[in-house]
Amino acid sequence: MIHVAVQPGIIDVAAELVRHDAGGHGASASFVGRVRGDGGLAELFLEHHPVMTHAALAELARAAAERWALPAVTLIHRVGAMLPGDTIVLVLASSPHRSEALAACAFLIDRLKTDAMLWKRETFDDGRVQWVEQRETDLDRAACWEDRS
Amino acid sequence: MQISYFSWVRERMGIAEEHVALPPDVAELSALIAWLAARDARGAHAFAEPERIRAAIDGTMIGPDARIADAREIALFPPVTGG
Repeated sequence: MIHVAVQPGIIDVAAELVRHDAGGHGASASFVGRVRGDGGLAELFLEHHPVMTHAALAELARAAAERWALPAVTLIHRVGAMLPGDTIVLVLASSPHRSEALAACAFLIDRLKTDAMLWKRETFDDGRVQWVEQRETDLDRAACWEDRS
Repeated sequence: MQISYFSWVRERMGIAEEHVALPPDVAELSALIAWLAARDARGAHAFAEPERIRAAIDGTMIGPDARIADAREIALFPPVTGG
């Protein structure tokens, strides 16, 4: 089962894990990304494309499920305004065995940083507003998955 | 052709999308970006650094040499920063 969502509402990690694991898989790997409150961050805003963001996440989930023969993938990204501590992204990957689940989970979080149309805008306590710049290390991590089988 | 803008490209253009009639010699993405940069002050600001612009045609990411003549919608945006 593949479940992909792009949503303005909070991500209920516990509820999503219950839904995802309804199949009783042998191994489930998870990644939970949260808003850091570094440097006096007051709000993080995630801009997205009304169609393409979901399409890119769905394609990544499909690719991961095929590559590691996963029975279940959950990929949920929040958009809109968030506060420090809020969950931005949830990745769940399940397999009969741990190695496939862990590899697929890492693939999904690395690739969604470069493949999905999402942009972070930070607002700080002192009123500064800035768009987050893409990091070379993120590009390098995402590119690694092109070479591995 | 519809062009949509995102993130700071949208802010600098002052609009989220527009319909444009392109001159016949604007056939590749790089030419479109140069045309927008030369059109007015907002375009000059948004597209001052073409190497920082990414694009997609009808949902597929494309490179600077990609042909755009048959596109319905082109999205122009900075490098993505999700996750």
